[in-house]
Amino acid sequence: MKVKNVFATKWGIIGVGAFIGMIAPMLQKLGNPGNMGICVACFERDIAGAIGFHQAAVVQYMRPEIIGFVLGALIAAYLFREFKPRVGSTPIVRFFLGVFAMIGALAFLGCPWRALLRLAGGDLNAILGLLGLGFGIWIGTLFLKKGYTLGRSNATRAAAGWLLPLMLVLFFVLMLIYPQVQDEPKSGVLFYSIKGPGSMHAPVVISLLIGLAIGFFAQRSRFCTMGALRDMILFKQMHLFSGIVALVIFAFLMNLILGQFKAGFTGQPVAHNLHIWNFAGMSLAGLCFALAGGCPGRQLFLSGEGDGDAAVFVLGMIVGAGFAHNFGTASSPDGLGPHGIAGLVAGLLFCLFIGFTMMKKNA
Amino acid sequence: MKITVDARGLSCPQPVILTLDEIKKTKKEEILVLVDTDTSKENVIRAAISQGCKVKEVSSEEGEYCISIQKS
Repeated sequence: MKVKNVFATKWGIIGVGAFIGMIAPMLQKLGNPGNMGICVACFERDIAGAIGFHQAAVVQYMRPEIIGFVLGALIAAYLFREFKPRVGSTPIVRFFLGVFAMIGALAFLGCPWRALLRLAGGDLNAILGLLGLGFGIWIGTLFLKKGYTLGRSNATRAAAGWLLPLMLVLFFVLMLIYPQVQDEPKSGVLFYSIKGPGSMHAPVVISLLIGLAIGFFAQRSRFCTMGALRDMILFKQMHLFSGIVALVIFAFLMNLILGQFKAGFTGQPVAHNLHIWNFAGMSLAGLCFALAGGCPGRQLFLSGEGDGDAAVFVLGMIVGAGFAHNFGTASSPDGLGPHGIAGLVAGLLFCLFIGFTMMKKNA
Repeated sequence: MKITVDARGLSCPQPVILTLDEIKKTKKEEILVLVDTDTSKENVIRAAISQGCKVKEVSSEEGEYCISIQKS
């Protein structure tokens, strides 16, 4: 008989939200970029840059937090006998949902985690992003109610579930073999930003350990920012939502303590104040997350549990970051990318195509 | 009288949607929900309780769960 999972209780999810809320501003204090103590989309984008998938010199760094998220979830899953290798729920669709989720998130400049952290740091543009996120998720719930499904996954061999964690272990080993060299844009095969957000980071070991801790607790609690809004819209259920509320409150208090709170729309770190595009970017991202069944953080934790379909979504996001920067769809603090609007339109058309076609028959 | 909902292998939130649909629709008194992850198990139990149903029994076999829900 297994022990009861205390993290899946109401106080469990609130505790994990509070933990992430306290830790993220501390990571910022230790060197991570402004209002970006943790951002799954930004950090996966930085990883894409570190391995040369894009050449945006200011956002290239192998973020140990992401590696820790997956490995921490893997450890938790093994300890509590929840490692279940599974694949086969339309992975190709999940890959492109990941690609367009990234294109949407980089139009706004952040994943849902960072949207919450930006709000907690006083960046009022995050309000538009969060409204967009809710709007995108709401559209996703309409498809879900109509019978949208990517089909069932099937159990598979452990090796398949290990692939993404192993890739990230290899990435970390590469970081040890080719560590950052002061003022050098490249060390061995890895790119390292020498200015911009990619150059700002907490010490490697601290980033990894915090990533492991968050991965562990998030796997136990099923923390999910998309699920928080989706369950509220779909079932009027507040369980996961209480987790993100705790995150915002504790991150806000930590920012006050650390002197990192500054309210306003302008002059915010790694942000722009184009309200329509902040809303639209997160709408696309939210719709992609809803159609894929989890926010980008949750997809990492599921990957750690052996979910090969979530792992494909993660790879889609990393490749999507390459598209976003190579094709100029990603925003910057100066505003929208030259092809930002085209990227969002393409993403919206893709999501509608998938939403309308992936319906269970007779539903 | 029982009815079975097979939610194995489905992503969030489909196991919960299928369970709630059946709770609303069926005239049978007992619903058996099959799931294959702990997350789905917890979500289905939470949803059933929120609808005022009783969770009679949760049995597990080879990594899968069968949740027995009693309609009130």
